[in-house]
Amino acid sequence: MEAFEYANPATVQEALGLLGKRWEDANVLAGGTDLLSLMKDYIQTPKRVVSLKGIKELGGIEKTAAGLRIGAMVTLAELLANTEVLAEYPSLAEAARGVSSMQLRNIGTVGGDLCQRPRCWYFRLGYGLLAKGPSGESLVEKGDNRYHAIFDNKGPAYFVSASSFGPALVALGAKVKLVSAAGSRELPVEKFFLAPRDEKGRENALQPGEILTEILAPPGAGVRNATYEVRQKEALDWPLAAASVALKMRGNLVVSARIVLGHVAPTPWRATESEKSLAGKVVNAAVAEAAGKAAVEGATPLGGNAYKVQLARVAVKRALLEAVKARA
Amino acid sequence: MPDTPDYSWPAVEKRRVIGKRTSRLDGYAKSSGTAKYSYDIQRPGLLYGAVLTCPHAHARLTSIDAGAAQKSNGVTAVELLAKPGEEIHYAGYEVAAVAATSEDLARDALRKIKVEYEVLPHLVSERDLAKAGSRAKPSGEQVTGDPDQAFKDADAVSEGFYGIPVINHCCLESHGQVIEWKGNQFEYWPSTQNLSGIGGDLAKVLEIPATSVHTHMDVMGGGFGSKFGHDRWGEFGARLSKKSGGRAVKLFLDRSTELQIAGNRPSLFAKIKLGGKKDGTMTVWQSESWATGGVGGGGLPAGQLPYVFRGVPNKRMTHTSVSVNAAEERAWRAPNNPQLSYVTCCAMEDLAAKLNVDPVAFFDKNLDYAGKIPGPEAYRAQLKKAAELAEWARLWHPRGQSGSGSVKRGLGIGFNAWGGLGHPSKCLTTINPDGTVKVELGSQDLGTGTRTVIAMVAAETLGLPVAAVQVRIGDNKYPPSGPSGGSTTVGGVSASTRKSTMNALAKLFEVVAPALGVPADQLEAADSKIQVKGSPSKNLTWKAACRKLGTKSIAEMGENAQRGPGGLIGSGVGGVQIADVSVDTETGIVKMNRVVAVQDCGLVINPKTAESQCFGAVLLSISAALTEERVMDPVTGRILNADMEFYKLTGIGDVGEIIVHLNREPEHDKRGVIGLGEPPVIGGIAAIANAVTNAIGVRPPVVPLTPDKVLAALEGRNA
Repeated sequence: MEAFEYANPATVQEALGLLGKRWEDANVLAGGTDLLSLMKDYIQTPKRVVSLKGIKELGGIEKTAAGLRIGAMVTLAELLANTEVLAEYPSLAEAARGVSSMQLRNIGTVGGDLCQRPRCWYFRLGYGLLAKGPSGESLVEKGDNRYHAIFDNKGPAYFVSASSFGPALVALGAKVKLVSAAGSRELPVEKFFLAPRDEKGRENALQPGEILTEILAPPGAGVRNATYEVRQKEALDWPLAAASVALKMRGNLVVSARIVLGHVAPTPWRATESEKSLAGKVVNAAVAEAAGKAAVEGATPLGGNAYKVQLARVAVKRALLEAVKARA
Repeated sequence: MPDTPDYSWPAVEKRRVIGKRTSRLDGYAKSSGTAKYSYDIQRPGLLYGAVLTCPHAHARLTSIDAGAAQKSNGVTAVELLAKPGEEIHYAGYEVAAVAATSEDLARDALRKIKVEYEVLPHLVSERDLAKAGSRAKPSGEQVTGDPDQAFKDADAVSEGFYGIPVINHCCLESHGQVIEWKGNQFEYWPSTQNLSGIGGDLAKVLEIPATSVHTHMDVMGGGFGSKFGHDRWGEFGARLSKKSGGRAVKLFLDRSTELQIAGNRPSLFAKIKLGGKKDGTMTVWQSESWATGGVGGGGLPAGQLPYVFRGVPNKRMTHTSVSVNAAEERAWRAPNNPQLSYVTCCAMEDLAAKLNVDPVAFFDKNLDYAGKIPGPEAYRAQLKKAAELAEWARLWHPRGQSGSGSVKRGLGIGFNAWGGLGHPSKCLTTINPDGTVKVELGSQDLGTGTRTVIAMVAAETLGLPVAAVQVRIGDNKYPPSGPSGGSTTVGGVSASTRKSTMNALAKLFEVVAPALGVPADQLEAADSKIQVKGSPSKNLTWKAACRKLGTKSIAEMGENAQRGPGGLIGSGVGGVQIADVSVDTETGIVKMNRVVAVQDCGLVINPKTAESQCFGAVLLSISAALTEERVMDPVTGRILNADMEFYKLTGIGDVGEIIVHLNREPEHDKRGVIGLGEPPVIGGIAAIANAVTNAIGVRPPVVPLTPDKVLAALEGRNA
């Protein structure tokens, strides 16, 4: 990797002063599990790396009237040790468990999960986020796209969002706080993730001078939520498809539902038709099956990933059934 | 001709060490991290090497300029490995290497080497033979009996397509070495399966005497058949060190390069048509197979099919070797055997299903087609044992009758066959007047337990506890021992160690005999004593006996010179594996419930490490059956998963239960020691694929059985 300056600020304000106007100037290091490999492969070659590890205000999980505030530097292991998360946000807990490596759970952070770069193998081989060949053609379309998008894949982006928490946070209606020298802004997680439309685009709304400082999830009480990931291996493995659901209930009836697919599109993918289909219903096997089916209507698989349509369908069904399962 | 003296193994009832479960002598060092792999070697002023590889699957290098790299920070030497005009046949081919004061500086310098290529057309997939064109080289048709008539006479005919892709060796310790010159000689720490030979081989290409190389390696992190040679990186690593004034250069391939060029196993695809009789007899075999092992083509002679059941009377076979733009194949644990077993056992289970015959009965019926060693009866006994341990009678259902739930359970069978014997090996045993014993061989322990086996054989022979024997291996100053390949190591080293320790003991008996008042041939070693046969109370302790040596140590050689059986070692083993899986038919995900591995390996010196070999082999089979493949990109011609992220190996949570049953009956024991590296890794893939097929009722033809392939089979979308 190229030589870089390492900065270890103690406050967010100090950290912001160390960032630059361009991605090449400075990159933020949270757990580092993605950034270091990107740097070793020369995919990113920042002149400065700004570590957030020494910033105490970025840690901690607090329950407030507005819901749950999760510091960006909270590790997956910390999340899984939090009783509030375990009790009220099983969709987040399950997403964290899906990262089935103790090392990654111990060092990887929630903020880092949201900001990690896509795992598209063309991107990781150095062909750029949009995976283009020498004459500008998409490598994904004619190449091996078994792990690529089945929604929102008309180009130029074909990768899938790698975030484990993205779908669950979108389903819960969570927000992220982004802070820059100019001030701070809150964005719904749904708006945080983006499908780039050109060479300059990125997979999220974060700007070079910004830091994602916290995640704000609305109160979980009364919201039945669950995540189901389809992973081939029990050992560390990326989901082939995933679904997170959040159901506002009145008794056994669904008042409103949010259903979000993971690993199927450049962003966490809302299945709005499926959501609508659930309103006023009791979730049982047949309803969940139908919701799964509705969720994948309109999928446009590429040459090698039609199987993901089926997996996404099953993920929705199983997440719904998990969400309404009687809790012990 | 019996050996003189009689070196044969002690009778079973007299063994005190051999046959006892013994933990690896280096187990603590390895698990605590104190074991030093060649990768861990640190030397004063150590430099780091890095390799620049070609990113194109097929190209002509038009120019290469390393001027800027030469001047790059920390760089001490640059080697250009390809010349302008050179045609390059695969991505990953080494074009330049540098040595620098840190790994990062070395890699940074590589990026300053300017290389230009003229990109040429490539072919990286052999699966569609029709697209291979002139890259496909068919061999002639081989016909036995009258296959056409046999198909006419058959009660049922089964036709299918079966495929197993190229996989890599994926050694956890990548290929490479540390080399440090001292004048015209050098110190060499490779990661190798060929400790005694590799230094001389490298010396030859460097045009220096073999005596100028001192090779050492304490432990190594996986070879699987890919680490016999010094490789190109041995050569340019040595040159980088020499150019850097002799400073040690550590050059190990990074993971991506390791997966691109440091070894792969050929694929095998086959269209197979079988015919059989209602009673379960397979009467005819017809196969059109093709394979690639990289740019040189590859695969196997067609005559090797069917696997194990080679005696089927009517056969017609063709094989086509396909050259693709990928690095050359290397021997992969039981070369070609897992592939042969896969296509054979899968095609045969498909015929059994067509004939409505239980696969256990079907394979049993056809075992008369198996060769003489280990022979039909040995296989039948193994099949019976495996079926019993797998609860076949209780758990097996005919294909597709696995219940109404979405998760289906199935069982399947695969067969192993292998040779064995022992490689040439020399051992030097030294008994010192203070009673210490050392046993020296220029052998290597690949992680299999070789070091422990040597100590056990020596301890058994000398009547000492294992801890009293110092085993010295991993250095070419010790007597030469052969490369670890073909499951020949345990045979070679156990025979040479047995002979050497017996020769040394005979010398000790000569010295001690007068004191005990009997001829030397009346003495025996047991329980850390030298005693009179039949009168164990007449004895000297080991220490007292050794003190009689005065100031002179005993040093005696022993040799296993022949690959042929000589009483101590044998060859020709078989095994049967049964897999038990559950398939989620909604997701296509296969979960392993259990694998039963019944295996013969002759006389078992250390049951613990022998079983470990089988466990490890089953893990590799699970990976190959369910998750592992080299993904070649049709567009760029590059390997897309040259990493540990999408090159998917099974993890501990994916394994299920493994039951290993070693055949240790007297008829197996008397055949002598037979290696176990290869045999248990052969039949597992077939067993798992057959189990999946049994569960879901249709055949997903090509492994690994990832969800896409299982779902495609369920939906009838098989290509």
